[in-house]
Amino acid sequence: MTAFEVASSVRSGERSAVEVAEQHLREIEARDGEIHAFNHAMREEALAAAAEVDAAVSRHEDPGPLAGVPIALKDNLCTRGVPTTCSSKILDGWRPPYTATVVERVRAAGAVVVGKTNLDEFAMGSSTENSAFGPTRNPRDPSRVPGGSSGGSAAAVAAAFAPLALGSDTGGSIRQPAALCGVVGVKPTYGAVSRYGLVAFASSLDQIGPLATTVTDAALLLDVIAGPDPLDSTAIPSPFARVSPTLDDGIDGLRIGVVEELTDAEGIAPEVVAAVEQAAAALEAAGASVERVSAPSTTYGLSAYYLIAPAEASSNLARYDGVRYGLRVDGADVAAMNARTRGAGFGTEVKRRIMLGTYALSAGYYDAYYGQAQRVRTLIIRDFDRAYERFDALLSPTSPTTAFELGAKTADPLSMYLNDVCTIPTNLAGHPAMSVPFGTGADGLPIGVQVLANALQEPLMFRVARVIEQHAP
Amino acid sequence: MADRITRADVQHVATLARVALTDDEIDHLTGELGAILDHAAQVSALDTDGVPPTAHPLPLANVVRADTVRPSLDRDEVLGEAPAAEAGRFRVPRILGEAP
Amino acid sequence: MSEYETVIGLEVHCELATATKLFCGCRNEFGAEPNTNTCPVCLGLPGSLPVLNERVVEYALRLGEALQFDMPPQSIFHRKNYFYPDMPKDYQVSQYDEPICVNGALDVAGARIGIERAHMEEDTGKSLHVGGGGRIHDADHSLVDYNRAGVPLMEIVSRPEIRSAEQARAYVTELRAVLETIGISDVKMEEGSMRVDANVSVRPKDREEFGTKVEVKNMNSLRSLGRAIDYEVERQIGLLDSGERVVQETRHWNEEDGRTDGMRSKEEAFDYRYFPEPDLVPVRPTDEMRAVACASLPELPAAKRARLANEWGISEQDVRVLTAVSGLADYAEQAVAAGGAAKDVVNWCTGDLLGYLNETGLAPGALPLAPDGLAELVALVADGTLSRGLAKDVLSECLAEPKRPKQVVEERGLAQVSDEGELGSVVDEILAANPDEVTAYRAGDDKARKKKRGFLMGEAMKAMKGKGNPQLLSRLLDERLES
Ligand SMILES: [Mg+2]
Ligand SMILES: [Zn+2]
Repeated sequence: MTAFEVASSVRSGERSAVEVAEQHLREIEARDGEIHAFNHAMREEALAAAAEVDAAVSRHEDPGPLAGVPIALKDNLCTRGVPTTCSSKILDGWRPPYTATVVERVRAAGAVVVGKTNLDEFAMGSSTENSAFGPTRNPRDPSRVPGGSSGGSAAAVAAAFAPLALGSDTGGSIRQPAALCGVVGVKPTYGAVSRYGLVAFASSLDQIGPLATTVTDAALLLDVIAGPDPLDSTAIPSPFARVSPTLDDGIDGLRIGVVEELTDAEGIAPEVVAAVEQAAAALEAAGASVERVSAPSTTYGLSAYYLIAPAEASSNLARYDGVRYGLRVDGADVAAMNARTRGAGFGTEVKRRIMLGTYALSAGYYDAYYGQAQRVRTLIIRDFDRAYERFDALLSPTSPTTAFELGAKTADPLSMYLNDVCTIPTNLAGHPAMSVPFGTGADGLPIGVQVLANALQEPLMFRVARVIEQHAP
Repeated sequence: MADRITRADVQHVATLARVALTDDEIDHLTGELGAILDHAAQVSALDTDGVPPTAHPLPLANVVRADTVRPSLDRDEVLGEAPAAEAGRFRVPRILGEAP
Repeated sequence: MSEYETVIGLEVHCELATATKLFCGCRNEFGAEPNTNTCPVCLGLPGSLPVLNERVVEYALRLGEALQFDMPPQSIFHRKNYFYPDMPKDYQVSQYDEPICVNGALDVAGARIGIERAHMEEDTGKSLHVGGGGRIHDADHSLVDYNRAGVPLMEIVSRPEIRSAEQARAYVTELRAVLETIGISDVKMEEGSMRVDANVSVRPKDREEFGTKVEVKNMNSLRSLGRAIDYEVERQIGLLDSGERVVQETRHWNEEDGRTDGMRSKEEAFDYRYFPEPDLVPVRPTDEMRAVACASLPELPAAKRARLANEWGISEQDVRVLTAVSGLADYAEQAVAAGGAAKDVVNWCTGDLLGYLNETGLAPGALPLAPDGLAELVALVADGTLSRGLAKDVLSECLAEPKRPKQVVEERGLAQVSDEGELGSVVDEILAANPDEVTAYRAGDDKARKKKRGFLMGEAMKAMKGKGNPQLLSRLLDERLES
C-alpha cells in the first residue's frame, strides 16, 4: 500500500489510521528482528497518534495530506522524550527536550511515526554497518547491506514496515541506500528542508529528504517537509512550488545530459552503466533529448568531500564531551573525562573522521586540505553551472554496484568511501538529486538511476524521475 | 604536499580532538589516515589559482531574528539528561587550566 | 628603567544590552537562577541551530559609526574550536578574518589610539569551583551554569598604540563612555559585562620592533587594570635587566597578591582550527541597516565635551568632572535649558551636587532637585535674593526633602535684604559700636586695613543674620570708612 493510498483512504474514512498502524507495527514486530531497520519502535506513540487522526476524521476535520501514513524516522532526527541515538553509544539513552522541525511537519500533516531507524553512527558510512547497535540487513537479501547511512530508513520502506521514511543525505546517504534497497530516495536542494533538529554531521552538506516506494509518494512527503523555518538560518525563504501537481506533466522537449565522469568512472559496474543508458533511452522515447555531458571537476568530488565533511564533523561532534548529556566515562580531571568519554563512546569510523577532520583544519594544513577542498567545491559548482546552461536535468548511476555482502568493505575505509562517488558532487554543489529504482543486476538486486537537477528545480527533477519510474523494467 | 602523517601526528591530533586512543587504534589510524590523505592529495595538486573557496552552497545573507524572548527549557528536564548535576548546575571533574 | 618603552594593546569584551542572546531567544540577564535561561541552542544540544539576533548587528553598526570604523560589505562568522566545559558546543561562534568592523580609532586625551577591529561573538557559561577555597587549581570539582552561554559580546581590539597604564585606563574610560552613550552595553567591569585583557610588552627606547608580549587577564576594575599593567611592565623590565627573556604567555592578575601569575600551560598547545561557521549566512550591512542603526545615535562624549567647553566657556577640568559621572552633564544641560546661567550651573554640579551624588550613590537623574530647580536656585543667587552661603543651605534642604528653592526661601524667610536705607543704618551702628577698629583701619597699612575691614564687614553681616546683600553692604561700608 502506498502512502498516497493510505492517506486517501484514511481521509475518506474508508480505512482507520489505527488499523493501518497496527498492521505496520505487526510487520515490524514479525520481521524486524532479522532486518533490524529500527533502533526503537514506537508502538504506543504510533497508536495514540493514529487514534488522533481517526478522531479528526470522525469530526470531519482533514488530518492532512499524510493522514494516517506510517513513517519511519532516521534516528538522527530529534524527537522530544523519545530516545535519539544516532546509533552511537555516546548518545545511548538521550531523550531530547525538543523535536525536529521536519518531525513537527509530518505530524502536523497527519503522519504516524512508527519508530526511529538505524544508521551508520552519526550518518558516517555507506552500509549501516557502523552502528553501535548492530547492522541493518537488506530486505531484498539479508546477507547484503542496505547501503547507508540511512540504511534503516531505506530498509523500513523496502520491507513495507512503513510506506514513508525520512533520511539525511550528506554525501549520498539517502540515495545510495534507496538504490540498494530498490526504493525512491530524494536529496532536496540544500536549504529546501529545515535542518533544525537533525543531529549534524557536516552542516554545509546535510539535507533531510524522503524515502518512499514510489516517486508520487516521495513527492507527497517532500511537499510536506519543504519550506522555510525561522529556526534554521540556512533554510531558503521560498524554495519551490509544490512538486506533486506537476508530477505527470511529462518531459517533452526537456534536455537531459548523462554525466560522463559519474558514469564512466572506475569501479562502476557495467550493468549499472547499462541501466543508466536504458533509462536515458526511455527518456528520449518519452520526448526528451539526451546527450552526454562532461563535468570534469566532479572527479575530485570524493577527495574534496573527504576533507570538508570530516572537518565540519570534527567540530560538530566536539560537543559530545560527557558534560551535558549522553555518556560519561569518568576521569581525574575534565580533559581526561572528555577524552575517555569520547574514546569509549565513538565507534571506529567516527573516530577516524574526527581525526581526519581535526588534522585537515589544524595549523599548517588548512590551506592544503580544507581550503583547497573548498576551491575544488567552487570548480564543481562551475562545472554544473555550465552543464545546466545546456541541460534541464542530468543523469548518472546512484551507486557503483548493487548491494554488497555484509563485511565486504569494512576492512578498507577507502573502498567504502568509493560507494559515494556518484552522489557526492551534488552535495558539494547544494543541488537536488534523487535515486529511482531501475531494474536489477545479475544478482537480482535493485539498481538505482540518479536524476540530478539545478538548485530548486525539484519539480522538474520529479517529472523526469516519474518517467523513469514508469519505464523501469 | 605535506609529508605522510606519522604516529606522533596522530597522537597530537588525538589530543586536539580529545579522544583517548589505544596504541592499537593509533597504529591503525596512522596507516588509514595516510591512505585517505594520499587520495585527498589529488585536490591539493590541482591548480586552483584565482578560484575562490566555497564555504557554503547558499546565496543567502542577512538572515536574522527579532530580539524577542522565547521560552527557555525546564531546568529539571535539562539537568535530568546530565551525567552529573549539583545545585542546579552541571557537575564536572576538576578543571586543570583557565579558559584560553 | 627609563630606557624602556611600554607597548600595550587592549582587548575589550563587552556584553551587549539586548533582551535575548546572540543566537537564541533565551533571556540575556544577569543574576538569574543557574541554568534557567537555556534552550537547545545555547546548551549546544545535538541538532540545534543558531539564528542571529538582529539587534546585535544593529549595535555593531552603531559601534562602527561611533568609533569611526570601516564596515566591510560582508562579514561572516567562524568557529573557534577548543574544549572547555563552560562552552556548550566546544567551539565558540566568533568572527575571524571577516569581522563586522575594521580600522577604527578612539581619541584619548590628545592621542588617537587605533582600533584594529571589533567583532561579534558569543559569551561562555560560568564555572563555580567547589573545594580548595573556590580556586580553580585547588578545587575538588566544578559546577557549570550556562545562563551566560550565548550572550552577545563585542570584542574590541586596539592596536598596540597605548604607552602607559594611565593611558590604558584613559582608553578604557573613554571607551566605556562611548559604549554607554550609544546605549549598547551596561559596561560594568565589576559584574563582568565589560572585561579587559591587556597585551603588554616592553622594548628598549631606541628599538623599532616590539618585545615579546604577554597577555594579562582577569582585571575586574579600572584600578586593577592599571596595577596589573604596572606590575607586568616592571616584571618584564626586571627580566630583561637581569639578562633573562620574556616568555610569550597568558598571565592571570591576582588582585589580593597584587601580581600576575603564569597560567599553568599544559603541554596541549591551542590550535583553534578556525573555519567558516556553516550554520550561519553572511551579514552584508546595507545602507538601510546602517541608517536604522545610526538614526538615534546620540552625541558622543568627545563631541559633547567640546561643545560644552565651547558653549559654556568652562575649563577643560570642569568639563571632565562634569562628564565623568554618567548623566551629570545631561542634568546640567537641562538646568541651563531651564534658564540657569551655565557657569553657575556647572559650579553647583561639580561642587555640592557631585558631593551629594558621591555620598548617596544616586544617579543624577534621581536627584530630589530637578534640573529646573537648580536653575531656580542659580537665578535666586543672580538676582541677589540669596547669598551663595545661604544658597548652599537652601540646596541642602531641597535635597533633604524634595522642595523648590523658592519654597524654602519663603518658608524660612531667607530672602536677602537689599534695602539701602536699612543696610546703611546697620553699618552706621556697627561703626559707632567699634570706634577703635575704625581708628585702627584709618591709620593702618594695607594689611591692617584689610583685616579691620573684614572684621567690620563680618559684624555687619552678623547683625543682618546673614541675609544682607553682601555687595551692597560692602559698598556702604567702604563709603563710610573712606569718608
Ligand atoms: Mg574573543
Ligand atoms: Zn538559549
